[in-house]
Amino acid sequence: MIPDIPYNFYLLLSGVLFTIGAIGVVTRRSAIIVFMCIELMLNGVNLAFIASGTFLGSLDGVIFVFFIMTVAAAEAAIGLAIFVLIFRLKGTVHLDEINLLKG
Amino acid sequence: MTLMMLGPAFKWFIFIGAAALSVFASIMMVTRRSPIHSALWLIVAFFSLAVIYLTLGAQFIAVAQVIVYAGAIMMLIIFVIMLIHLEMEMKESGKFSAAKTIGAFVAILFFIEVAAAVISYRLGAERVVPPQGLPTLQGSDVKAIGSLLYGQYLFPFEIASILLLVGIVGAVVLAKRVKG
Repeated sequence: MIPDIPYNFYLLLSGVLFTIGAIGVVTRRSAIIVFMCIELMLNGVNLAFIASGTFLGSLDGVIFVFFIMTVAAAEAAIGLAIFVLIFRLKGTVHLDEINLLKG
Repeated sequence: MTLMMLGPAFKWFIFIGAAALSVFASIMMVTRRSPIHSALWLIVAFFSLAVIYLTLGAQFIAVAQVIVYAGAIMMLIIFVIMLIHLEMEMKESGKFSAAKTIGAFVAILFFIEVAAAVISYRLGAERVVPPQGLPTLQGSDVKAIGSLLYGQYLFPFEIASILLLVGIVGAVVLAKRVKG
């Protein structure tokens, strides 16, 4: 008899995805790639929510992920509009070049 | 529910395949030079995560993942990558700087913390059985999700719709070309 997939495996996978996203955020310097890494981190968190909700027999995880997806969609629309603006202003979206607030 | 009824061996097979594919695609996404390649690998990662949601029995979220993330958000990102020509970004320096090394080190420390917490925490493989009288709640139960969204979570749901509206208006206002 093969056991069911343990809860911990899902959490570990979620941690791995979150860490890969975090490493991408700190090592890549292109704003769009950093943005994609943040989306990956959000997905890692979503997986933890779904796994917890399933294993605790509750639907609240699904509801949370629904709202996270809503916020991620709004964030994508606004963030990409800001990238377009920055590109018009500076001609690049390289993060080291964006230092207007540095003073 | 169909996947839940299949044998556990098949579920393990699907889970390991999808998990390995998602980790591989994420690593490729982080390491590719070209932003468009990164975006395509991220789509692969989103699809394999949708399969993992299916192994958890959360059909609604799996479909929403494909529609919202792999569909809408990635389409936006790819449009912006094509809009902003990123040739300058392509030759991003591959050399290691101190900040990058320290950042990656801290991120790996964070992963070790998460792994330690997960390993020391034992919930067990068996799902929690809800008390008698309550219906069994599964992520696939779209009817239950709908009644929760329009019942207990009605106010956050309306706030979310206002948030999306503000997002649309804000994106249009921001991206509008200034006259003159």
